[in-house]
Amino acid sequence: MDTVPFLQSTPLLAVLASLAAVPLIALSGKKPNLREFWTFLAGFIKLALILSMGSYILSGNTHTYELCKILPGLSLQFTVDGFGMLFALVASSLWLVTSVYSIGYMRGLDEHAQTRYFCFFALALSATIGVAFSGNLLTMYLFYEMLSLSTYPLVTHHQDMEARGAGRKYLTYLLSTSIGLALPAMLATYLITGTLDFNVQGIFPPDTAKTTLVVLLIMFLYGFSKAGLMPFHSWLPGAMVAPTPVSALLHAVAVVKVGVFSIGRVLTGIFGIHLLASANLNVIVCVIAGFTVIISSLIALSQDNLKRRLAFSTVGQLAYIILGIGLASRLGVIGGMTHIAMHAFGKITLFFCAGAIFVATGKKYVSEMKGIGRRMPYTMAAFFIGSLSVIGLPPCGGLISKLQMVYGAMQADMFFVLVIYLVSSLLNAAYFFPIVYNAFFCPDEEAMFEKRVDEAPVFCMLPPVITAVISVVLFFFPGIFMDFASLMVVGV
Amino acid sequence: MITDQLPILILAVPLLTSFAITIFARKSPILAFSLLLAAIGTSFACSVGVLRQLLETGATIHYHVGNWQPPYGIELVIDHLNAMVLVIVSGAALLTAVYSRHTVPAEVPDRFPGEKIPERATNYYTLYALLITGLLGIVATGDAFNLYVLLEISALSSYALLSLGRGRAYFATFKYLIMGTIGACFYLLGVGYLYIKTGSLNMADLKGLLASSILLDSQTVKIAFILIIVGIWIKMAFFPLHGWLPNAYTFASDTTSCLVAPLMTKVSVYMMIRLMFSVFSVHYIFEVLGFQDMVVWLAAAAILFGSVSALGQTNMKRMLTYIIVAEVGYMVGGTWLGNSNGLTGATYHILSDAMMTLCLFMAVGAVIYKTGDSSRESMRGIFRKMPVTAVVFLIGAFAMIGIPPTCGFFSKWYLVSGALEAGHWGFAAALLISSLINAIIFFRIIEIGYFPDFDAPAAASGDHGHGAAVMAEVPLTMLLPMVLTALSLIAIGVYSNEIITGLVSRTIPAGLL
Repeated sequence: MDTVPFLQSTPLLAVLASLAAVPLIALSGKKPNLREFWTFLAGFIKLALILSMGSYILSGNTHTYELCKILPGLSLQFTVDGFGMLFALVASSLWLVTSVYSIGYMRGLDEHAQTRYFCFFALALSATIGVAFSGNLLTMYLFYEMLSLSTYPLVTHHQDMEARGAGRKYLTYLLSTSIGLALPAMLATYLITGTLDFNVQGIFPPDTAKTTLVVLLIMFLYGFSKAGLMPFHSWLPGAMVAPTPVSALLHAVAVVKVGVFSIGRVLTGIFGIHLLASANLNVIVCVIAGFTVIISSLIALSQDNLKRRLAFSTVGQLAYIILGIGLASRLGVIGGMTHIAMHAFGKITLFFCAGAIFVATGKKYVSEMKGIGRRMPYTMAAFFIGSLSVIGLPPCGGLISKLQMVYGAMQADMFFVLVIYLVSSLLNAAYFFPIVYNAFFCPDEEAMFEKRVDEAPVFCMLPPVITAVISVVLFFFPGIFMDFASLMVVGV
Repeated sequence: MITDQLPILILAVPLLTSFAITIFARKSPILAFSLLLAAIGTSFACSVGVLRQLLETGATIHYHVGNWQPPYGIELVIDHLNAMVLVIVSGAALLTAVYSRHTVPAEVPDRFPGEKIPERATNYYTLYALLITGLLGIVATGDAFNLYVLLEISALSSYALLSLGRGRAYFATFKYLIMGTIGACFYLLGVGYLYIKTGSLNMADLKGLLASSILLDSQTVKIAFILIIVGIWIKMAFFPLHGWLPNAYTFASDTTSCLVAPLMTKVSVYMMIRLMFSVFSVHYIFEVLGFQDMVVWLAAAAILFGSVSALGQTNMKRMLTYIIVAEVGYMVGGTWLGNSNGLTGATYHILSDAMMTLCLFMAVGAVIYKTGDSSRESMRGIFRKMPVTAVVFLIGAFAMIGIPPTCGFFSKWYLVSGALEAGHWGFAAALLISSLINAIIFFRIIEIGYFPDFDAPAAASGDHGHGAAVMAEVPLTMLLPMVLTALSLIAIGVYSNEIITGLVSRTIPAGLL
């Protein structure tokens, strides 16, 4: 084992940090402040553990920690590399912000079963970090399933009829695709190659039949349906019945990004971008993802429920990322991976704002939000910045990653992808700007808020402002995340 | 040395205890329970001892009963395969024995209003000890005829136990008795044919004799094999010979279900593997006989039939019995795939399925113990009322669905690998479809446990079903074995590599790729 400037087991500890908090949270259910203290303590420890590996990884190393062997030639294994670090940093830092927001939101609405809520949130974060640091496909699958199951109580938190329906849809989509497609694809890969460890050069032997590769690729793309590629996307808008912090962290960051991350891992670590490009498999990825990008943006235009509109926007943005990585060109991969972070900060801002509006006014529909900017100026300013980032306009981080992906499309000589990027950016603008415009600039007689509406509680208002500011910071310092992404294309 | 006597002690202790219970504990159910617990505990300890001995030396243990030399005397032969199965059988029986402390008095009451009949519970424990003797004997013996005797011991005691159930238990058990007897007769007839041809009943001896080229083509041997295998299939409820199982197990008392459901079918699967590869040979079964493909398709059909039938049940015990029918298909199919991955999956699944089934039957039994109701609706509010039972049920359900790191995932992994390797897509698809159907079956129940009843008028008030739910768990004697079983599901999964390289892979017969 090589010497590293941190404990060998740091990746495992990072996974366990929030898992260990679960019993503590459960036991202090009677004292809400103590209970939330555990969440924050675990969050800070987790973030610190992840950060402690940062400089070592940035200098071009990877760190592997093997827990135990579970199948011949296959272990439960953690590997920390650039891509994993990027994702782990995003998820763990946003967990902290979301926890602040959760307190404001859950207490503001006096929700029931808050202890259960915080327990499963911590559990879900363990699974997310587990996926980020997985050293092989099997470990990743294990944490992927753990995430599906641990988020079910969060999605169905309200325990009403609507939640039951959404929960059914959620599990039906996620479990049926992972058991029905991803698992057999993984098994077949193992039988062909004898390994499931990620390797930037790809693991398939050069003489693998192209038909096999195509079938496996498609099974993997749809098998990790957390990424919401159409037609396996409709669990995501359905899952919006969850409390807003859940939608914010899980359905804009953790759960959906785990799907995208898994697909990204398979594309870069199992197939390898060299094979994708040389066997023209990247065209398949781009067509599937490109279709999703355009169609979901069109659907988003017609949604009146703000959270549903954001959900369809997420479906589109996830497909962006897959499109970027699927281009299988250096810049495309860097752009796609960086977009995981950029989109996360932008989209979570938007969800936070939607929730803040709901807490303050009880409004869920876009058509009821005219003039709200005058009443909740901070929230809507944050919303504006978030939407800039998602559309990809300066001065927000989203521009940087989008630009990289556009360059990547040119590098891969795929001009139809370029068109997809441009058209969808316009569509993004078309479904976000009217909300902002109406919030601030509608005529007085149309404004729907006669009475003074206070801003949401400070716990709800502060997080979107923070994430909006970070979105802007990322425009000037994209290297925070892009440097990690760049590590993944070294030597390919 | 006492350690040399461990193999016979595994069987002798429960056998003698069953007499002891009848003689000494007629008036005292508590004493009967204690004797049973001690006997099965001893059996379990001896099984573990034998397993350790085997792992240390690596050599198969031969024990000649009464020091009569084989092939004439009865021989106990313990290799890696049956050492593992012995530990499973005695372990599961031990857990169920602890569990039975409170359930047996409730289900087999030793007193009616006005009169006290302590013999009833005592009789129950006697039969329990006899059943376990039979099952352990089937596993330990190296003699084909002796196996028949022990098969009948276990079968007869299980008929008696199953008939002590509720509702239509008598009728269901009678049906099982008829079918079980036919199965045993088939087996006996097959062994008889082999004896006519070879003049031997010792398994190792038979294997050597059957390898001669004259006997390979013999019609008599072929018919003997078919009779034996069909007999065993009836005993293990392999589709389409499963008709007796669902009713017999559903109407049985819950303790009996916990005891019989995980063990009887698994021991039958063990019998099949033992006879296929220790009496007949890989060459004979997969090359001389020509119906390998048909059996695997039949197994696929069993899986689909069992899963779909389970989907249609509202009674939870009945649902579990159909899942057993599907699981039997897993193991038969895996064995008949004719490659090492398939057989590894099937053998490992004996272990994991026994524990999974035990876990689920115990959890359901606990719910029935508290609510008196075996329909799915009895799970309403389970997460608040009986949180430990609910979690145990959840882990069992995850194992059945095959979610890592529970053991169900790994058996499925090997079975599907074997199916893909053999190019048997139908079987692989059946396995995956059954996983998906299991997911639907169990999440439907979990949903009932988690959500309030929207049809009931009380739910409209928006109390999220948290109204009068008060925590009311089952007694510790039931919780403890349940929790241990649930934990074992995860342990068996996490240590699957050790189990498979240390035990299962040593049982793969030479000649299987």
